Amino acid sequence: MSGTADQAVAAAFRESWGQIVATLIGATGDWDLAEESAQDAFTAALDAWSRHGVPDRPGAWLTSVARNRATDVLRRRALGVAKLREVAMAERDRDAEPAEPADVDEVAASGVPDDRLRLIFTCCHPALPLDAQVALTLRTLAGLSTAEIARAFLVPEPTMAQRLVRAKRKIRNAGIPYRVPPARLLPQRIKAVLGVLYLLFNEGYSATSGAELVRHELTAEAIRLARLLVTLMPEDCEAAGLLALMLMHDARQDARLNELGDLVTLEDQDRSRWDFGKITEAVAILKNAMQRARPGPYQIQAAIAACHATASDAADTDWGQIAALYERLADLLPSPVVELNRAVAVAMAGSPAAGLAIVDSLVQSRSLPDYRLLPAVRADLLRRLHRLDEAAVCYREALSLASTDSEQRFLLRRLRETTTPGPPGYT
Amino acid sequence: MRYMLMICDDESDSRGPLELVRAPEHVAWIDYLDRRGITFLDGARLRRSTDATTVRSRNGETLVSDGPFAETKEQVGGFALIECDHLDDAVEAAARHPFAAHGVVEVRPVWDE
Repeated sequence: MSGTADQAVAAAFRESWGQIVATLIGATGDWDLAEESAQDAFTAALDAWSRHGVPDRPGAWLTSVARNRATDVLRRRALGVAKLREVAMAERDRDAEPAEPADVDEVAASGVPDDRLRLIFTCCHPALPLDAQVALTLRTLAGLSTAEIARAFLVPEPTMAQRLVRAKRKIRNAGIPYRVPPARLLPQRIKAVLGVLYLLFNEGYSATSGAELVRHELTAEAIRLARLLVTLMPEDCEAAGLLALMLMHDARQDARLNELGDLVTLEDQDRSRWDFGKITEAVAILKNAMQRARPGPYQIQAAIAACHATASDAADTDWGQIAALYERLADLLPSPVVELNRAVAVAMAGSPAAGLAIVDSLVQSRSLPDYRLLPAVRADLLRRLHRLDEAAVCYREALSLASTDSEQRFLLRRLRETTTPGPPGYT
Repeated sequence: MRYMLMICDDESDSRGPLELVRAPEHVAWIDYLDRRGITFLDGARLRRSTDATTVRSRNGETLVSDGPFAETKEQVGGFALIECDHLDDAVEAAARHPFAAHGVVEVRPVWDE
């Protein structure tokens, strides 16, 4: 019985934490109180649900317990009188309508902004430093503990705690509003929210260093939050593009590392290990978004990922299409990293020499100093052109910049292949 | 809430206060504040940073030096004290200030207790 209750509380935590915190911030305006009351409600659920069984609507049960806790605390605070009235009023309003919306679609359809949307936009307010935006989003919306967030970003726990305290203080002192921005501000602000989610995902996905387990959690949270955003803002094509992009990367997660934990290039990945359920879902989401003809960087990146994810093998990949998509991306979002990717696509589309020319111009412009993938890509293109001595020099340079063990092992293997004479049969 | 907008630029705009208040872009800014229900509480144009004097008191001694506190490219050239609901309104007001187009505007909440 208690096992079932524990599972139910864990499931409710994933499902409802963000909603409860968001609702309580809306009702009380007090971020710390909202988190503490939500925490108390989950603690109470562990005991109550194992003794009396799991309620029919766990989210509603938890929300009302958390709300009562918050009301109690405010009642005890001498200056809490005015706020208490607000909570009581909010409660009355809520009683007049269904206590807890059955699902988020209903809320989106009703035109009443979901509290979680107000929370996302406030956490990702540009007046907060980026690292604080990320931390606040993980703490309040995803319910990760300060210790977990600190581990994920490799900073000491007190540092992360301080970061969260400062962010909440700034929200209060600077008067950052708890709201979904009005339409005229929305495009810029959505960009900031998507940026935070993608950063979260990449932090977990590329795992620049240790603590693997927590990092997988980051990718999962980023996808979950993107799903939420897409449900809450179904008209935003870029949010859908970002979700599709993350799903397509995530679908390849298991095939990216071999049994030794080493990096496997896209070309050499065992495609049967890709998660085709996720790929199919991502392609459908992307198709739906692109039909509205409001392209943006995330949709284009998702389209590139789709070219890879839907090819039956490396040779079957439509590299010409990918090179064209990178060109469009470079128009919207000029960046040397996009150029580097375009170089790879051009090379794979049949002209490694043309790809190498793009890479060389990047090297000359010094726009990517110490970027570990620049010498790695250059080495690979030289290898494909059978200029093995030059390739070896570049592999050595890439090795000196590699940051993870598995990346180093990969580069070492390539270096050995270029320096030991062998059958030049492969490309 | 009250916010102080500190208007900074590289001091390339040499217009004085009378000229500025009559300039159409400044008149338009005041109109904008009015329309948005943002109260303009106070404001002033400051003399150039070369006219600044920096004062410190250390161990009972007054140290006076010429020039501004910080030698930066952008110097405070004026301020506006406004009252509005929240930071987003203050940021929009700052973004529409004529000097924001070539300088920078620092938005600081007034410490109210």
